[in-house]
Amino acid sequence: MLILECPYCGVKACETELSPGYEAHLKRFGPGSTDAEFEDYMFARKNPKGVHFERWRHTYGCGKWFLAARDTNTLEVFGTYPAQSSAPPEDLQAKIKAKRPDWKGYK
Amino acid sequence: MKRYSVFAIAKEALNYHMGWEKAWASPEPKKQYDAIIVGAGGHGLATAYYLGKNHGITNVAIIEKGWLGGGNTGRNTTIIRSNYLQDPSAAIYEKARSLYETMSQDLNYNVMFSPRGVMMLAQTHHEVRGYMRTAHANALQGVTTEFISPARVKELCPILNIDGPRYPVLGALWQARGGTGRHDAVAWGYARACSAMGMDIIQQCEVTGVRSEGGVVKGVETTKGFIGCTKLGVVVAGHSGQLAEMAGFRLPIEAVALQALVSEPVKPCMDVVVMANTVHGYMSQSDKGEMVIGGGTDGFNNYTQRGSFHHIEETLRALVETFPMISRLKMLRQWGGIVDMTGDRSPIISKTPLGNCFFNCGWGTGGFKAIPGSGWAMAELMAKGEPGALAEAFNMWRFKEGQFIDESVAAGVAH
Ligand SMILES: Cc1cc2nc3c(=O)[nH]c(=O)nc-3n(C[C@H](O)[C@H](O)[C@H](O)COP(=O)(O)OP(=O)(O)OC[C@H]3O[C@@H](n4cnc5c(N)ncnc54)[C@H](O)[C@@H]3O)c2cc1C
Ligand SMILES: [Zn+2]
Repeated sequence: MLILECPYCGVKACETELSPGYEAHLKRFGPGSTDAEFEDYMFARKNPKGVHFERWRHTYGCGKWFLAARDTNTLEVFGTYPAQSSAPPEDLQAKIKAKRPDWKGYK
Repeated sequence: MKRYSVFAIAKEALNYHMGWEKAWASPEPKKQYDAIIVGAGGHGLATAYYLGKNHGITNVAIIEKGWLGGGNTGRNTTIIRSNYLQDPSAAIYEKARSLYETMSQDLNYNVMFSPRGVMMLAQTHHEVRGYMRTAHANALQGVTTEFISPARVKELCPILNIDGPRYPVLGALWQARGGTGRHDAVAWGYARACSAMGMDIIQQCEVTGVRSEGGVVKGVETTKGFIGCTKLGVVVAGHSGQLAEMAGFRLPIEAVALQALVSEPVKPCMDVVVMANTVHGYMSQSDKGEMVIGGGTDGFNNYTQRGSFHHIEETLRALVETFPMISRLKMLRQWGGIVDMTGDRSPIISKTPLGNCFFNCGWGTGGFKAIPGSGWAMAELMAKGEPGALAEAFNMWRFKEGQFIDESVAAGVAH
């Protein structure tokens, strides 16, 4: 059972209390972008086997969206952070790097 | 290859069954092949088989990181049907279903195809309209299906509770020629036939890199060293995103867990497959008597072949209302597979940015039924370098063009 701590209300919520929202930090493209950019934004996904940053919603709690860093190959959770972040926080990245030395870093 | 037959069994009986030969060889890899297929699941093995059978290409290696058939092919609930809504889907799934009818004879291997009938329950008015529409579409596509009444549903499957308090059964989409097959036997049958054509099945060998020069693939890096090829076919289901990364591009695919479970064996109680998509569960009975049960996918990226417990609970809760008699059954085993979900829930059989590299993936929760049709189409694509009629619509550029083959919205079906 996956347990994520909501960065807003501090509740350690089990996955039945949460809704998954897939890849985080997608850069939005709209009118005026190229077809390739729009396709990438809409459909192309990193889908890594290992460290992943994703969106979750504390649906049956405060109702807010937040972001989480997780290993898709072991289900280990590295940490959570607010949705108003354009990239994973430095200290979280350092923590992941310490645990996963061959992780290529956030791109 | 010695043929399996009643005479062979009689002969071996006199011989204390000591003379059976190995079903397939386990050779060391050669330096170079005309074609390499990555992934010895049903789709990879079927691709190799039809490369040999339909196109005469037999200098082929099938490279598998685990054991053949150990991925989703050996983990699925074996529902075979072709009652899809969109024309390209109906064409390839119906091709596959019809090939299943003669597969045991074709491969000289009993794949236990059992066309026992597949019933998809309509439990809301929305579903009634949706399935009636599918039945009409199927009539135009030449796929035999019909919309049947609740009384007929009860007649075909007496253990169903059609007056459920939450979701009474209002009818069903019935495909009498759908059914189930023996999943392992499909992989083993194709593997034996490929080996007999002189192809090399290389197990316990993981592909770790794709070597290319100037947009052309030269071969693959593996845990057994570099192996060269003229053409590369990648058929790795849940790991497609990883292989695409090795080849230098991205796919519209997310890998998530899908689970299934079986009960203790009981006496025969249902001889059809029943799917209930509103409550999200489905069930059939195996030849051993176990009730084979599945539901929806888990909701997040996952490579562990292990799903979330609450999904099992949800599936069983849904099915207990639909099949009250299972409420006291003990569940024996539960497992998960990593399925490759695309943006429109339809597969990809496609050329790629690399000229001689082809991908077959995205079958997600429903590709067992497609194995022979998919292998047929992928072999044609690899042999000719261009897709035939079956594969054309499933190219990976449809997402850019907005030409989706939208099965998830159309039918809301999982398997
Ligand atoms: C629980 C469950 C229930 C299902 N129920 C149904 C159903 O009722 N009906 C239906 O039609 N479909 C069903 N499906 C879907 C079906 O199982 C799949 O679509 C189908 O089996 C996919 O076959 P495949 O050959 O593409 O993949 P797989 O059988 O997964 O084969 C891919 C192979 O590639 C190998 N591989 C991966 N990476 C590498 C690498 N780097 N190097 C070498 N080899 C590699 C893997 O080890 C694996 O053996 C179900 C799936 C699951 C998980
Ligand atoms: Zn919260």
